[in-house]
Amino acid sequence: MSTETQAVEEVVKEREPLFSKKNRKLITNPLDADNPITVQVLGVCSALAVTVKLIPTLYMCISVLFVLVFSNVAISLLRNVIPGRIRIIVQLLVVASLVAVVDQVLQAYAYDVSKQLSVFVGLIITNCIIMGRLEAFALANKPGPALMDAIGNGLGYAAILIPVAFFRELLGSGSLFGFNILGEGYPGNGVMMSPVGACIVLGLLIWFQRSRNGYTEEA
Amino acid sequence: MSKLNKNSSGYIFGFALLIILVCGVLLSVVSGALAERQYEERELERKKFILKAALGDKISDVEKDKISEMYSNLVKESVVNSSGETIDGVAANSVNLKNEYKKLEKNGSLKEGETIQLPMYQIMSEDGSSVDYYVMPTYGFGLWDNIWGYVALAKDLNTIQGLVLDHKGETPGLGARITEDKVQDRYRNDKKIFDGDKLVSVTMKKGEGNDYSDNPHAVDGMSGATLTADGVNNMIDNYMNLYLSFINANKK
Repeated sequence: MSTETQAVEEVVKEREPLFSKKNRKLITNPLDADNPITVQVLGVCSALAVTVKLIPTLYMCISVLFVLVFSNVAISLLRNVIPGRIRIIVQLLVVASLVAVVDQVLQAYAYDVSKQLSVFVGLIITNCIIMGRLEAFALANKPGPALMDAIGNGLGYAAILIPVAFFRELLGSGSLFGFNILGEGYPGNGVMMSPVGACIVLGLLIWFQRSRNGYTEEA
Repeated sequence: MSKLNKNSSGYIFGFALLIILVCGVLLSVVSGALAERQYEERELERKKFILKAALGDKISDVEKDKISEMYSNLVKESVVNSSGETIDGVAANSVNLKNEYKKLEKNGSLKEGETIQLPMYQIMSEDGSSVDYYVMPTYGFGLWDNIWGYVALAKDLNTIQGLVLDHKGETPGLGARITEDKVQDRYRNDKKIFDGDKLVSVTMKKGEGNDYSDNPHAVDGMSGATLTADGVNNMIDNYMNLYLSFINANKK
């Protein structure tokens, strides 16, 4: 496959620096103005499901970032040789392989977390953020920008999940990162422990962000 | 590259084959490299579950690397059959609970002509002179998929000392709550499996928030997860019956 990669590189004549203004935007945009969760409303399923506690959430964010970066770069490298008719299957195969790797690594080095995340690690395969970036960006861009785009979107995902998990763990179980904050007497909040709580927190975050950015729904 | 027709069937098949090979090799290398560590983690969990079933909170502060040491000091492993006889030459951790579970009929009795291997973990007192608790692995089916657990009986082989439950795919927030200490602790309340000489097991009831402290054979249920609770009930009942010969032979 390395020969194929080189062929792609040769076609590219004009090179722009990796951290050009345009490329930097690829990282900063998904953090706020074009956030995959709050603005594009993708990947909400996992945002609701794995945000009960901060520690599993962090592992989830790292896993998604890992899968997103490697699949985006891999698909970008292969973009000129992937047959158009089977491109979705190829994307799925690459994503599924990376997710399987993540799952195996978690089982070996973070067994408890991998049990808590259970099926949601496997469900990264179906995370719309990843397929969305592959289809919308990696297939049409060089590996450098694809890397930036992946990092940006991965961090954008984390930038929403971590605050959601923060509020849910604090209000739901009165702790942060497993350490008790609100005291033993805190009774816990069942709503925050359930996905309903995530839906509320996420909705408030979207409201906050949109009112700050002056976002309006296009007519 | 440019000469190739990327829409030809040959190219598509070739490309598919190549990328499948690459991904396949990657996955098998990763899985092979991590297999040993994953096995260690699973073993550690088994040991932790066995100790936790019997000793409860006492082991929640024990550090991860001390668990194995504690286990080898306290636990005597053996394997018995449904007649209560010890099966020699079989290591308790080599018994595949899932495969053994398949030897059961729907109603929980052993299929005809089958012999089942039942691991038995005896938690010895600190000086090693007597058995404090008997921990018995159980296996069953919840709402969606397999569930399993370790039931610890006290010296009298009647009182439930505690249990640990785990599952493969119960609904998060509902049936999956069987893994929570809060739910498992409901069994830690002087519950008994015998009524006189009759084995009646312990049943998790429908509905939540009821007080069963005066009933030694019932525990409070999980709201919205009655079918998972039924699975747990069947599992405990089935396996206590399988262990019955052993229990009767060792009961004091």
